[in-house]
Formats: sequence, structure tokens, C-alpha cells
Amino acid sequence: MDVAPASLWRKINARYNLVGNVCENCNTGYFPPRVVCKNCGRKSKLVEKKFCGNGEIFSFTKITAPPEAFKDDAPYMIGLIKLDEGPMVEGHIIDNGTEVKIGGRVKLAFRRMQTEAREDLIHYQYKFEPV
Amino acid sequence: MRDVAIIGAGLTKFGERWNKGMRDLMEEAGLAALEDANISSRDVEMLFGGTMAPGSFNEQEHTAPMIADQLGFHNIPAVRIENACASGGSALRQGYITVASGIHDIVVVGGVEKMTDITSSEATTALGGAGDQEWELAQGITFPGLYALMARRHMYEYGTTEEQLASVAVKNHENASKNEFAQFKNRITIEDVMRSKRIADPIKLLDCSPISDGAAVIVLAPLEKARKYNDAPIKIVASAQASDTLRLADREKVTELKATQLAAQNAYRQAKVSASDIDILEVHDCFTIAEVLAMEDLGFYQKGKAAKAIADGETALNGKVSVNTSGGLKGCGHPVGATGVKQAVEITWQLRGDAKTRQVDGAEIGMTHNVGGSGATAVVHIFERGD
Repeated sequence: MDVAPASLWRKINARYNLVGNVCENCNTGYFPPRVVCKNCGRKSKLVEKKFCGNGEIFSFTKITAPPEAFKDDAPYMIGLIKLDEGPMVEGHIIDNGTEVKIGGRVKLAFRRMQTEAREDLIHYQYKFEPV
Repeated sequence: MRDVAIIGAGLTKFGERWNKGMRDLMEEAGLAALEDANISSRDVEMLFGGTMAPGSFNEQEHTAPMIADQLGFHNIPAVRIENACASGGSALRQGYITVASGIHDIVVVGGVEKMTDITSSEATTALGGAGDQEWELAQGITFPGLYALMARRHMYEYGTTEEQLASVAVKNHENASKNEFAQFKNRITIEDVMRSKRIADPIKLLDCSPISDGAAVIVLAPLEKARKYNDAPIKIVASAQASDTLRLADREKVTELKATQLAAQNAYRQAKVSASDIDILEVHDCFTIAEVLAMEDLGFYQKGKAAKAIADGETALNGKVSVNTSGGLKGCGHPVGATGVKQAVEITWQLRGDAKTRQVDGAEIGMTHNVGGSGATAVVHIFERGD
């Protein structure tokens, strides 16, 4: 998706550092961060939390028909990653030669996101690397 | 609350309708529905128009008054309903609520999408708006990609195979071949699906519903007055809707649609029936895995059992339960805003006995299931003959 630069900039802490939040009432972690805890509603006590990014591949797919903004990047692997610290995150799985499979372990990586983006800006963000 | 009935149904042929714009499609379906209901444009008291993304597809917003004007519904209140691919089903539910409440008697519910005036990759981008723009689509995840994540996990947990998924597309093309309104009239085989281009592994091109143009229109009236207009009114015995997280990753499980489960449970309570009472069913098969999930989440099969049953032919025309007799989204086509209304048109024709070569024998109770996005909206309706 060809996203407006300002909307990416607004979320830079989450996208660069995998910063979400956790509710101190019920100990549920969220990424991306939420304003209201799903369990506690108006009474939620959400505090910022940087997730370490270690986790497990819960499901994955290889995208061979990409959206316009990612046409030069395909094919690429997308994973549903279950973080050890709770939340499930959707993100790219880097190809480092390791077989991608359900249950496979991943760690956090920081990579260039799209080859071509609006106003020629280069976007970076979290991805996941198989270990 | 009053009982509500369908007194008119109209449909356009679905497909690549190069010579028809959005208004033309609505006129075609709308006039057919008015004629079926035996009413004039002046009888209509309110319009709900389901459409997902006319701004992206046609650079046209404010579509409800446009359609009301085109169909000669002078100055009536007209509202567009948008709930992604569940826009049509959501519009039908709003129409139902309006008639049931007693505020209006004759309400028209339309659904339309004119998708082929832009390129497929532009259409893919427009449809992407049904997911989470910031955290899914901006990550390079496509809509087939989201359903692929569900399919892969379903295969892992329950042993579902790609061939079983392919059998959904084979069945729906078979049904579509009997439907004069369907986009695809060609029968396909499991091998055709397996050999088709990979889109988002394990989803292949022939696992996906197409990009389509089309419109569908339903006319609603209070049941007590319905016989005045139509000898075979169809009673809406349940109308239910639920929502879920917009983002797939936020769900408790990715091998089920909780919104479908909740809407179905509510609908069965309203109609005082269970899944085993349903004779015909139109489900939201935007991808083949979606029909498998629907058959489980609507309560027809236990989790993990639907794919084999579909492959074994249990849900074919005149099978144990006849599913997607229209051809579904896969075979009949998927003009997104029209789909939820088209499902109700198909059930209306089936319950009246007007479905020609695809008529299900002795169909008495029908159900529709319309999903938005990757499952953030689900709408379920149940219908019976009202005469």
C-alpha cells in the first residue's frame, strides 16, 4: 500500500522498535499499542512496552501477487508471528536460507520496507528472521 | 416488531459489464425488482444502498440519492451502507430493521459494485481497505494473503488439503454453469485449480472469487401487507450481525470467524431453527477456505470436518444441504456491495421454486451468510416462505 509518509512517521516508535503496550490490570500485551484494553475497557491501565521480538511462526504465506507498492519486492514471505511476550504480529519473514515452517523460531530484524514509496522516501521497520 | 417479507427481487448478470456503469446496473436490477413486486417507483418510502468503494472504483460517493433519483424514488430518504464485502448484507439488515420497527412500509435494499473500470492492481488496492490499512496492507499483506494465513493454519491443525479446498471452487463453478446471471459458465476440475497461478501460497488463482460488475435489489414490506403485492412473499425469520477485530492477528483463533459464529447463534435463536433445518445456503466464499470456515462456524460441521464433507459432495446441489446454488462468489461473481443482496435474491428464487435448472427439491428454509474483510463483519439472515 502506498501510504502517506506522515502516517508512517506517526507510528515510528512502534515500527522501528516494536513498541506496543501492556495492561497492568490483566497483564495482556498489545502490538500495535491500543488506547483501550480489550478486557478492561475504560478501566484499562496501559503502559508502553518494547517487545524483544523473539517468537514462533504461527502461520505463513508466500505472496506472489503483490499490491502495486510492493511489486518490485515479490515474492516475499508474510508470517503470523506469536511473540514469546504475548501478542500476535503480522510481518515479513526474511529469506536467510532457513526453511520457513509453522513452529519455526524467529527473532527481530530491522530492514528496508519497500523498494519504491511515495515521494521517494525509504521506509524501514521491523521484520522477522528465522533462527 | 412486525414480521418482514421480501416482495420483490431483481438481479443483473454478473461479470465484466463493459457497456454498463454503476447507475445502469442499479437501474437494471432495480426495475426488475419493482416489476417483481408489482409496485411503482412512487410506492417506495426509503432506500438503503450497499456499496463498498465507489470512491475508489468510480470516483463517485453519495451514491444512495443518485440511485434513488435514477429509479424515480423522488425525494425519499436514501442512505449508503458500507461494511466492506458485507455492505449488501448490512444494507438488508438495515432495511429489515426499518420495516420491522414500523417506520416505513415499502423499503428498497440495493447492492452494487462497478469494479472493472480500473486495473486489477488498483482494484486490489481498493479492496485492501477492508483490512487494517496501517498494520496489514501497508506491510505488503494482500487479501488473499490474509486468507492464506488462515488456510495454512487450518491445514496444519486439521489436515485440510489443497485438493479439498479446490473442491469448493469445482462445486461452485458447477452450480454457476446452471445460473444465467453468473459470471462463469465453465466447469473446472480439481487439476485446473491445482495448476492455476499461485497468488498467496496455498491460495491459487482459482481459489479466489473474481473482480465483477453487478447489482442486486430486494423490495421489503411488512408481512401483513405483503400478499397485496406478491403471491409468494418470502418471510425474513432472522436477521443477525456481529463484528470482530479488524486485524487478523488480534483474533483469539485464525481458523474460525467468531463474528460468523455469534451472528449464526443469534439467527438460529430468532428463527427457532438449527443448522440441520436449513435446506439451502448461500455462504461467503470469497476464497475457497472461506466456505470451509463458514460451514464449520455456521454449525453444519464440527471444526476440521467441513473440507472433507465438501470434497465428498455433501454440499452439492441437492446434497445433504445445497450450498451456493447461485455459484457463490467464486462462480457467480463478487461485485462486493451487491453480493449480500444477491444471496437473498437467490434464496428468494429458490424458496419460490423459480430457480430453474438449479432448483433444490423441496427447499423450505434458506440462509445467507455475508462476510466483510477477513471476518470483522458477519451478517446472517434466515428465510422461509411467507404464504
